[in-house]
Amino acid sequence: MSGAHTSVPVAARVRRLEERLIGAGVVTQEQLDASLAAMLQGASPVNGARIAARAWSDEGFRQRLLADANAALPEVGLSMAGGIQEQRLKVVENTATTHHVLVCTLCSCYPVGLLGPSPSWYKSEAYRSRVVREPRAVLAEFGLELPDDTAITVWDSSAESRYMVLPRRPGGTAGWSEAELAALVTREGLIGTAAV
Amino acid sequence: MPAEFRAGERVRVRAGDPAGHTRAPRYVRGQVGRIVECQGSWELADEVAAGVAAPRVEPVYTVAFAAGDLWGEGGHEVTVDLWESYIERAERAERAGEDGS
Repeated sequence: MSGAHTSVPVAARVRRLEERLIGAGVVTQEQLDASLAAMLQGASPVNGARIAARAWSDEGFRQRLLADANAALPEVGLSMAGGIQEQRLKVVENTATTHHVLVCTLCSCYPVGLLGPSPSWYKSEAYRSRVVREPRAVLAEFGLELPDDTAITVWDSSAESRYMVLPRRPGGTAGWSEAELAALVTREGLIGTAAV
Repeated sequence: MPAEFRAGERVRVRAGDPAGHTRAPRYVRGQVGRIVECQGSWELADEVAAGVAAPRVEPVYTVAFAAGDLWGEGGHEVTVDLWESYIERAERAERAGEDGS
């Protein structure tokens, strides 16, 4: 319905499902539209970037975010309650010696509210099957070459939690404002397929 | 329902191939991993998908697996989110065997 589907066969299949549900009286077209609008309203990687910039700027917030992200999000005016029920969020922090990367091998679980709709490659069989098996090679294909001694953890979101990576703060940014820092953060950095 | 497993414990994912929906990815079935943390409790996805009127509510754990155990190679870890009924405590003998290998 958004008109933004990149796969016409998938869009057609979704539409047939919607029509069956509407025909069976399970939902109405208006309810479907309202539900989608509510989920996507404000859903953007700008949110994740703001979270990262705040964590880089405020050590107390960084610690609260890593300990209990759901409790910390209201400090930046965000929450994980945009969907049917509040989802648990776990933020995992990259360091000089550790790197995190996200996947959903079973389907396409993703923190939509914080990162916006997921990129098409995130849902591809190639990414989902390869990143759990050979993350170093997959990340290199994204242009991210990690040192051999960097420990990699791949987070497969197979249940009710959603994950976000807190990238490392780039060097040479001392004294930068939160807005300036947030502008450095990319969606891929928050998934873990880029450094920032 | 109190959590059965604690951080650091070794658990094995139950093998088997359920007829319906499950959230235990095939690549960890039968594998031994380490409990990272208990995330909280949620309705069991298998029963929700099957349309059970009052699905069981169970703890869900973050479980870390060594790439070497899963794939026979690789130095990374993969963490998977698993409902409690998907896993069982790894046997002591098995743990000793792993330590010795």
